[in-house]
Amino acid sequence: MLAHYGYKDGSGDYFIIIDTDKCDGCGDCVKACPYNVLEIIPNEFDIEGGDMAAVKEDQRKKIKYSCAPCKPVSGERKLPCVVACKPKAVSHSW
Amino acid sequence: MSEIKSQEYWRWPEYRHTVPDKDWHNAKIITAGVDVGSVGSKAAVLLDGELYAYSAMRTGGISEATAVKVVNWALEETGLQPDNLHYVVGTGYGRVNVPFAKRTITEIACHARGAHYIYGPTVRTVLDIGGQDCKAIRCDEKGKVLSFLMNDKCAAGTGRGLEVFADLISVPIQDLGKVSLSVDEEPPPVSNTCVIFAKAESLALLRRGWPKERVAAAYHAAMANRIVDLLMRVGVEKDFVITGGVAKNAGIIGRVEKLLDIKALKPNIDPILAGALGAGLFAKALYEKQIGLR
Repeated sequence: MLAHYGYKDGSGDYFIIIDTDKCDGCGDCVKACPYNVLEIIPNEFDIEGGDMAAVKEDQRKKIKYSCAPCKPVSGERKLPCVVACKPKAVSHSW
Repeated sequence: MSEIKSQEYWRWPEYRHTVPDKDWHNAKIITAGVDVGSVGSKAAVLLDGELYAYSAMRTGGISEATAVKVVNWALEETGLQPDNLHYVVGTGYGRVNVPFAKRTITEIACHARGAHYIYGPTVRTVLDIGGQDCKAIRCDEKGKVLSFLMNDKCAAGTGRGLEVFADLISVPIQDLGKVSLSVDEEPPPVSNTCVIFAKAESLALLRRGWPKERVAAAYHAAMANRIVDLLMRVGVEKDFVITGGVAKNAGIIGRVEKLLDIKALKPNIDPILAGALGAGLFAKALYEKQIGLR
């Protein structure tokens, strides 16, 4: 499942997308994020349970600001969370 | 001192219903789903995975109390007691506050599951327009979520926005959609980034002498634009359905359908129940797992 965390406002789209089918809940992205945006939570989507990475509740409405320091200014630059994820479960909308 | 009693145009009717010709005494598994939303709370009681009784009411200040009230109300007239329920799942914005729920499941999974029950296995895209947020969900033929997006940053494009607007133009909320469709020509939409802005702009249009039908059309068009914008991020695939309280507003549905160029399926069960129904179905699956049936 692709979980889109974030929002769209007058200035653009701000989403962190986590593929919960690929995510194994290891927590590498949580350690890699310099601004404490991510966390590991119980998977409430599946009755089998398990853990998954998610954007913290209190960050979901402000990732435009929290994630801004990692945004590429020019050229290509990968986000630390995307690089850290071995199963390639994390992506973003910008 | 005298007081003027004014009508509350935003207030929608609360209701309960028991499906006739069903007897819970013959049921093997009795489950319930409780969906404590930001504006409305819904409870659905299921007999062996079939809808039996339901209720919908406004969420009060204390969501625990509302959760208990809404379940008791659904059970009223059926002779069932809360103890008869084998498994209860809580969902919605206030799901952690449902006292007797054994599990909580996010409303996104529940809405997909509920829409699958209401509209059948051909559903691929579910748009849930709730009281304070709007969710776009893509699901497979089993009602499992493949992709979702929730916008809860702002109440623009949600039920609460419509409540505010109903009050502004003094039209009962149930008639709002019909009124907005009674214009000959669609006016340009008001701004859609914020309920307060949209309301202020609508007020300015009223002051300018626009008839309320025309202002309603502009407001509904703005909401539809915002909702479709959100939906485009996850993409739309047929069959497309709309759930939640706003699914009863013909003005929003009509405009969303027009923008997407796709018709939404018509429900035969109240679409406001999708979340509670989904929770009730998960409750059945969890109970079967618990007693070792699966």
